[in-house]
Amino acid sequence: MNMKRTGVFVCHCGINIAGTVDVKKVAAEAAAQDSVAVAEDYIYMCSDPGQKKIQEAIREHNLESVVVACCSPTLHETTFRNACKAAGINPFQCEIANIREQCSWVHKDKAEATKKAIKITKSIVEKAKRNESLVPLSVPVTKKALVIGGGIAGIQAALDIANGGHPVILVEKNPSIGGHMIQLSETYPTLDCSQCIMTPKMVEVSKHPNIRLMTYSEVKEISGYVGNFKVKILKKPTYVDPGVCTLCDDCTDICPVVVENDFDLGLTGRKAIYIPFPQAIPATYTLDDVNCPGLLPIACGKCADVCKPGAINYDMKPEIVEEEIGAVIVATGYDLYDMYNMAEYGFGKIPDVVNGLQFERLLSASGPTMGEVLRPSDHKVPKEIVFIQCSGSRDPELHNAYCSKICCMYTAKHAMLYKHKVHDGQPYIFYIDIRSGGKNYEEFVQRATEEDDVIYLRGKVSRVFQDNGVIKVWGVDTLTGKNIEIDADMVVLAMAMRPAVGVQDVLKILKIATDKDGFLAEAHPKLRPLESVTAGMYLAGASQAPKDIPEAVAQASGAASKVLALFSADELMHEPIVATVDEDVCSACKLCIPLCPYNARIYDVEKDIVIVNEILCEGCGSCVAACPSSASQQRNFTDDQIFAMVDTILEGE
Amino acid sequence: MDKFEPKIITFACNWCTSAGADLAGTSRMEYLPNSINIRVMCSSRVDPQHILWAFRKGADGVFLGGCHPGDCHYIDGNYKTLRRIKMLQKLIQDFGIEPDRLRLEWVSAAEGKKFVEVINEFTEHVRKLGPLNIPADLSSHEAS
Repeated sequence: MNMKRTGVFVCHCGINIAGTVDVKKVAAEAAAQDSVAVAEDYIYMCSDPGQKKIQEAIREHNLESVVVACCSPTLHETTFRNACKAAGINPFQCEIANIREQCSWVHKDKAEATKKAIKITKSIVEKAKRNESLVPLSVPVTKKALVIGGGIAGIQAALDIANGGHPVILVEKNPSIGGHMIQLSETYPTLDCSQCIMTPKMVEVSKHPNIRLMTYSEVKEISGYVGNFKVKILKKPTYVDPGVCTLCDDCTDICPVVVENDFDLGLTGRKAIYIPFPQAIPATYTLDDVNCPGLLPIACGKCADVCKPGAINYDMKPEIVEEEIGAVIVATGYDLYDMYNMAEYGFGKIPDVVNGLQFERLLSASGPTMGEVLRPSDHKVPKEIVFIQCSGSRDPELHNAYCSKICCMYTAKHAMLYKHKVHDGQPYIFYIDIRSGGKNYEEFVQRATEEDDVIYLRGKVSRVFQDNGVIKVWGVDTLTGKNIEIDADMVVLAMAMRPAVGVQDVLKILKIATDKDGFLAEAHPKLRPLESVTAGMYLAGASQAPKDIPEAVAQASGAASKVLALFSADELMHEPIVATVDEDVCSACKLCIPLCPYNARIYDVEKDIVIVNEILCEGCGSCVAACPSSASQQRNFTDDQIFAMVDTILEGE
Repeated sequence: MDKFEPKIITFACNWCTSAGADLAGTSRMEYLPNSINIRVMCSSRVDPQHILWAFRKGADGVFLGGCHPGDCHYIDGNYKTLRRIKMLQKLIQDFGIEPDRLRLEWVSAAEGKKFVEVINEFTEHVRKLGPLNIPADLSSHEAS
């Protein structure tokens, strides 16, 4: 066994470690190990003087490896590896013994915690003793980004990257970009028209030389790694050639099929061949082949008959587009929590109980009523209207535990806009708390109560039901303790936001984890909110958590800047802790080949052994564990290292 | 007589279980100190040899923690681990080792609480099983 000279540095972390672990004893025990040339303790190893102490020891004792017993390697491994590098030793000779998160913070008995900290530290010394000096592998970066989702977050991210000079593929599953923002009427707290501020961005996307827009498309497969992904995108057939279509609308006029219009959330109908909304981008028709009576002209074929320019082609086929990209931004957005889950509020039974997005359509100048507030059942103007906040949110027993965050604000906006249109109407809002954190948000809610006579009732609604054509809303005002009963003409439910319907399919393909509610999991809740755990994949918008427009835009620009930073280098460093093969031992049994998820294992015909493509190898070690002759090892996670760590942990009483 | 304190080796994958154990620490949860983690990049790096070695060298229990199915950082390493552990649990019985001295659990980076619960539960379970007494001819044999 080589006698590598190792230095051990035990951090007190103030009292975070030293409070439950006898750090001096850890250093003393470590010093007794054969390879340890020096062992010291210090109050904050990560501080500048702490790092200097390590560097001085490296020079003074001619150290070849360093073990720092401190916090989790996720925090300061980079700090100490850089310090070692600056002092002249290979950064991969520096190892972290995690004696804080996995010892001092989880045990109270000082003797027990000290004993455990000693074992952890000594086991890492054994690992470090056997570490190789490694050099990161450099790999080229494909400077092209994929943005999934064409709502405001995806649009903003795509524009920022494209303006930074890099090509972007923007994939949207619907026939038009615009997301939910294009459905909204006005936006809080300024009450500017949502479409008026959204459409310029949509047009910019469609005209941008660096953006390839792929609507009605879905990501079907992704492989590779940061900087070098390969993606397969399915482009669904629209059966209309946008280059030829003149947008005359004759096809829609003649189409005999009427189905629910998703854009108006079922408040109106649309034809089987349709343009989602007047400002749709791309401006073209889509033939919805699920509802079309048959793509065979025998079955119907009316639209093709009337299409003068001949833009309709029933033979259009799905197309798979393959692209190489360097980074992915996931901006898959949200949908509202399904209102059919809210039977207690009468949705589905009472036509005049609508959700927040439906109410947006009723308020919108481009909506089914051209902005006039009319209730769906009989098209009368509702004079008493009840808004119910936290519908489906903040209800851990029955619905979602989380706060949907934006509902307080949009409900205030709804009530205000209603009042601006129906001057003699009375809006009531049932709420649990009013959460109006945000620039000018609190003032906006104040304005609703002071200028627009909105009545806020603190309490929950127990039941909404119909009685002789009147909607009865039963609730309680918890401030006065009185039961409240309102005869309402219309009820608007501020439904919780939830991750977009169907997003799980794309997340499975991308291998991006979700939290308990299905929102995308960020790499660190505080310090890395824009990144997924997978390098090269970033998060933006309401797919990560409920967010309003300014927050979604901010996160999208943040994610785009992460991508731009990634693209600013020509080469990326790839972790060198890859699998190796001892050519003299490998018998070419090939067991390892199918185990590799990255196709990094290749049979070398000439040498008659299996080799490793180090650039493709991600360093999981799965193939190494399967090698029956131990010809394969993982750099710095070798069998010898693991055996030695086991021995050290188990030695003694 | 003093209570039997089992020795447990935990192999924790870097991305999920080790991060979950870190979260337990950050959240200042407390658990039994019998188990010590060896961090590997993926649970699928753990070779059956490592587990047998641990038993031979005096571990009373071996615990493996990986990412939940579908969440593996390396796509499907945890499925490979699952298959290996199921097989090994059968095999170790031939060596006179109870299969439940070897435990595989999925612990995500967000599951600090689950890490604490499964480690405590496993420690108590191994305590009940008592010290592992491998037949002398097995434990004295030196691996080549």
